[in-house]
Amino acid sequence: MKNLFNMSRFKIVFTVCVLLSLYSFVNAQAPAVTTVGITPPAPVTELTAVDTDNDHGHSITVKWTPSADDGAGANNVLGYRVMRSNSFEGPFNDTVGVVPLGSTNFENSSSIEEGAEGFIPDNTDFYYRVDALTGDSLVFSSSEVTGPVHSYGQWFNKGLIPVFFAVIIFTALTVLFVSAARKGKELYVRPLAGIEAVDDAIGRATEMGRPILYVFGLGVASDIATIASFTILSRVAKRVAEYQTNLIVPCYDPIIMTVAQDIVKTAYMDAGRPNDYKEDAVFFITQAQFAYVGAVNGIMIRELPATNIYMGKFYAESLMLAETGVVSGSIQIAGTDEIAQIPFFVVACDYTLIGEELFAASAYLGREPLLLGSLKAQDYAKAAVLVLALLGILAVNFSGDLGLTWLVNFKDWFKVID
Amino acid sequence: MRRQLPFFFVFLFGTFMVVQNFVPHEYSERAKEFLSDWTIIIGIFALALGIWSLIHVSLDKINKRKPNWEYSFVTLVGLVAMIFFGFTANVSGSWLTYFAALMVLLISLWLLVQGILGAGAGVTKAKEKFFAGIGLAAIFTFIALYDKSWAFHFYTSEGLENPLFKHFFSDIMVPLQATMFALLAFFISSASYRAFRARNLLATLLLIAALIVMLRFTPGPWGDLISKTSTWVMNVPNLAAQRAIVIGIGLGMVATALKVILGIERGYMGKG
Repeated sequence: MKNLFNMSRFKIVFTVCVLLSLYSFVNAQAPAVTTVGITPPAPVTELTAVDTDNDHGHSITVKWTPSADDGAGANNVLGYRVMRSNSFEGPFNDTVGVVPLGSTNFENSSSIEEGAEGFIPDNTDFYYRVDALTGDSLVFSSSEVTGPVHSYGQWFNKGLIPVFFAVIIFTALTVLFVSAARKGKELYVRPLAGIEAVDDAIGRATEMGRPILYVFGLGVASDIATIASFTILSRVAKRVAEYQTNLIVPCYDPIIMTVAQDIVKTAYMDAGRPNDYKEDAVFFITQAQFAYVGAVNGIMIRELPATNIYMGKFYAESLMLAETGVVSGSIQIAGTDEIAQIPFFVVACDYTLIGEELFAASAYLGREPLLLGSLKAQDYAKAAVLVLALLGILAVNFSGDLGLTWLVNFKDWFKVID
Repeated sequence: MRRQLPFFFVFLFGTFMVVQNFVPHEYSERAKEFLSDWTIIIGIFALALGIWSLIHVSLDKINKRKPNWEYSFVTLVGLVAMIFFGFTANVSGSWLTYFAALMVLLISLWLLVQGILGAGAGVTKAKEKFFAGIGLAAIFTFIALYDKSWAFHFYTSEGLENPLFKHFFSDIMVPLQATMFALLAFFISSASYRAFRARNLLATLLLIAALIVMLRFTPGPWGDLISKTSTWVMNVPNLAAQRAIVIGIGLGMVATALKVILGIERGYMGKG
């Protein structure tokens, strides 16, 4: 009897042990593991993966609705882990990104170079899964798998549509006014003191027997300000050739030096004085900013030019050049598109071309109808920008009050996503 | 044809780059990278022309003993020395033959250039100088080949680890640049002294605004009013004016680029 009781107790204990083992075994297979104090969070929902728009390919954007325990509910989500696989069944061993809590999307992208780290080949199917993470790395919840999705490049960036239309309209305006100018229509442009002073400044240098110093600044040949400066140099060089004044053009960039040499040489040939051209008038100094400034300042102090013309891209050295020019007693005309340097030139120079006046200078100096026509197009484009800016102010501030519901989305029409 | 061909290329590549800006595809990116690489290659060849221009102008000043010709001499010595330091590395720790080789190189280059440039310019004994330069160049080559205490390093970065190269750059070049930059403070003071004067209404407004902004960064019993006023001046009228200028600049840049692409603007070709 005693043995029988013992046998029964043994069976009970044995059965309980087996049941506990079975229970532990079953729970070990589940992706979510419960540890003391941390429960698995709710998984993310509505997981989608699409090719990233308006790019060169090799990029997939994954979006989801955050877990219910992200900032609410159990509030134990610390972040999300984005996993990738080449098949629906997995394995999902490839962690492509980890984002903080509150995130709703992740862009899985790579460079276009095939050997680059994390390279994503185009037109290859991928599957994604997002895990909601907690403070314990073993406690997380996985979402449903989404896919297949593959990346590919787009042939047109839809985010730049407003820019595209602006370019088309501006080009059309330019062609329109240039055509009008070709037909002989008189186009009025307001006088610019800085431009009108160039001829007088060259004449002053001739009378004083001192050279003219022309400085391109620190730009490179591909800068628009430098290209505008080339045009001004060609006009100045032609006048200099006609008046037989000396011209000094120290260059920061060797490509600018070669272009400037050709411009000055051609100007002397056009003026009928090819023998007066001195090759050493246009020379290279250095591509170190302050070494260049030191050299140009030295030229100013030694050569004492009567006229200094600064046209192009300038940075911190602008005031150093202009102030040294004041000390050497030169008349100074400056023009730059660098906003931060314009005040320095305004203070230290006799005449300053502010912003777009630098780009208009070529039209002013030559007075050619084609160039004046493009100036008019610029003016009308600026007027259009002004009208759009006013509409934008109304749209942002007063559209609701004025009942102009069509203005509510006005600013979105001009949104540019690059 | 000589003048039409450049305009054709400008139109072709200019239009291509405008279109490329709107096409994000990989092929478009690769084309842009290819063209950008070519601008770097052209820049490097242009640098050779630039260095020759610098040498030519400096030598002319030295030969004709123009005022301050000594600075041109220092320029040329510095140019050759830094090239030598950058392409060589001291191997054994002995500097004697290293500096001897540098001196021989400098003298031989000086004589060679005098001989080449002076031949047409009537420099005395140009031919003798040229041959003397050749002789010294041969001595330098002999030292370079057989002296084991230093070595040339092309296509590698050992030369950049040369302590002389590093010292000349970090202990001479960088402090000199910093010194020039520091001079800006004095230039700003002298420019401000001339500019901030109450000549008329606008100049007086400029003076008051400048005073408020400067006081904000000066320790003193100004309180919050100066700080808030200064912030308002910088964020409202100043920013508004800057943005207006930026809009004008943007339109001007687009117009100039369009004129260049369409061949309306031809000043960069030397004919306005």
